[in-house]
Amino acid sequence: MKLIEPALEPQFTSMLDVERIRADFPILGLQVEGKPLVYLDNAASSQMPRQVMDRLVRYQTTQHANVNRGVHYLSETATAEYEQSRRKVQHFINAREDREVIFTSGTTDSINLVMHGYGRKFIGPGDEIILTTLEHHSNIVPWQMLAEEKGAKIRVVPINDAGELHIDEYERLFNERTKFVGVMHVSNALGTINPIKHMIAVAHQRGVPVLVDGAQAAPHLTVDMQDLDCDFYAFSAHKLCGPTGIGVLYGKAEFLERMQPYKGGGDMILSVTFEKTVYNSIPHKFEAGTPPIAAAIGLGAAIDYLSGIGMSAIASYEHRLLEYATEQIRDIPGLRIIGTAAQKTAVLSFEVEGVHPHDIGTLLNQEGVAVRTGHHCAQPVMLRLKVPATTRASFAFYNTMAEVDAFITSLRAVLEIFR
Amino acid sequence: MNTKSLYQEVILDHNRKPRNYGVLEKPSHQAVGHNPLCGDHLDIALDLEGERIDRIAFKGESCAICKASASMMTTVVKGKTRADAETLIEEFRDMAMGKLDVEGPHHLGRLTVFAGVRDLPTRVKCAILPWHTLHAALNSVTTTSTEAEDDPMHAAIGDA
Repeated sequence: MKLIEPALEPQFTSMLDVERIRADFPILGLQVEGKPLVYLDNAASSQMPRQVMDRLVRYQTTQHANVNRGVHYLSETATAEYEQSRRKVQHFINAREDREVIFTSGTTDSINLVMHGYGRKFIGPGDEIILTTLEHHSNIVPWQMLAEEKGAKIRVVPINDAGELHIDEYERLFNERTKFVGVMHVSNALGTINPIKHMIAVAHQRGVPVLVDGAQAAPHLTVDMQDLDCDFYAFSAHKLCGPTGIGVLYGKAEFLERMQPYKGGGDMILSVTFEKTVYNSIPHKFEAGTPPIAAAIGLGAAIDYLSGIGMSAIASYEHRLLEYATEQIRDIPGLRIIGTAAQKTAVLSFEVEGVHPHDIGTLLNQEGVAVRTGHHCAQPVMLRLKVPATTRASFAFYNTMAEVDAFITSLRAVLEIFR
Repeated sequence: MNTKSLYQEVILDHNRKPRNYGVLEKPSHQAVGHNPLCGDHLDIALDLEGERIDRIAFKGESCAICKASASMMTTVVKGKTRADAETLIEEFRDMAMGKLDVEGPHHLGRLTVFAGVRDLPTRVKCAILPWHTLHAALNSVTTTSTEAEDDPMHAAIGDA
């Protein structure tokens, strides 16, 4: 029996004032098909509170210019705000230094940066990369591209029927050729919380660095880089109540410094001549061109907003939503929950005998309920669990128990059509 | 017609009791169609007796809209000539994409129950997939996709 980290802190049950929180999200007041919107597609993208929108407007209205360039007031202000956002991220994930935080366009971009910057330099023919069956396509395809280019090999950690990783198998996959581990913190398709702290320790005992895809964890759990001791951690702002087009790659400074740049251009250099170009120091080495300044500042505002509520409070409230929804959905005849890990975030994936998820999704939309249907960009998981597709309801801290009821009532009505 | 009644009145009948569902022994033409967006796939097999569709069957994993569209398609094109089937394929696709005036002249008959999918942009491909696949089968293209770069709807005849 392997150690499973406690994902939540049940002793910490501070209550959320959900009605007050909801008032911060204008979009939650929308009517869809004449019904109040019930937004349960948070794992795909979360909604934005007015505080973040206001911050974007304030930036564009009073602070915008290009960063790291001008000596004038606006450029200095924009640069200061942009760097302030970097420090907000640093504290949010408890990174040692702010230069370990690189702004990217999102989780996919972050993983590709590591593949190009680290993988292409340090992974060679015959080397092995360990991934897991649970991975999102964004943490599979870049490594497949690298494996093909270098003649490296991908080894895959299997899962059990509940959607949990076989940790014993993971340990057995290591050998002297293992050069890298890529693992998601939380499964987007199933909600499984992986025991990544233990997995990182296992890899480090063998001198192997680990990249964690934190896209589904950063918005729902407290994540602590120094506690996890991971080498790379990637996440996106738009799942974190922030804007699209911005994400983060955390990397330990010692790794980032040894890596080659991924994109070339302005900002990432110290000096350029046609004979020789000297790269800038981290994090700028990896931020070629004008970055999404407003989006980065928006991410900072989103972090302020979430920190104001508290990630522990968010995690425990969302856990209650999950428990309640799981209890309610279980009684529906012919319905099977896909993903029943002991440690889960608030994701409910399910299939209903004889009813295609797309039909459920279309008909739930008629009731104002937004869910995701399909393979969730995680086809290997679907294949392993022998489901072509699922319907997925994914919750956020602004969802209510009443919305769970509305979802379950609508789902029952939809399934009634098919009986 | 709203989405719910589209489901209730027509689609579910064909979803529960699909017509011409199964496989044909040694068909003269066949194709498999994929919708990579959802992973659905559909096999269509038929026998051409001269220019006429003598037998036709379909099988596959798909949603109710796709299955009902396939079921109704097979009942309608059975006994028709290849040319008539191609006309229906084109008209059905135009209807699903909102490019056909359902009130104007066409040959779709009761297939117009699917006109409502034009208001469900994410589901248009589900309705079209069987027709796409029939077109491919008639033109000896053995595999097709709703995301194919060259729209098989316009593939050269006989080009495998």
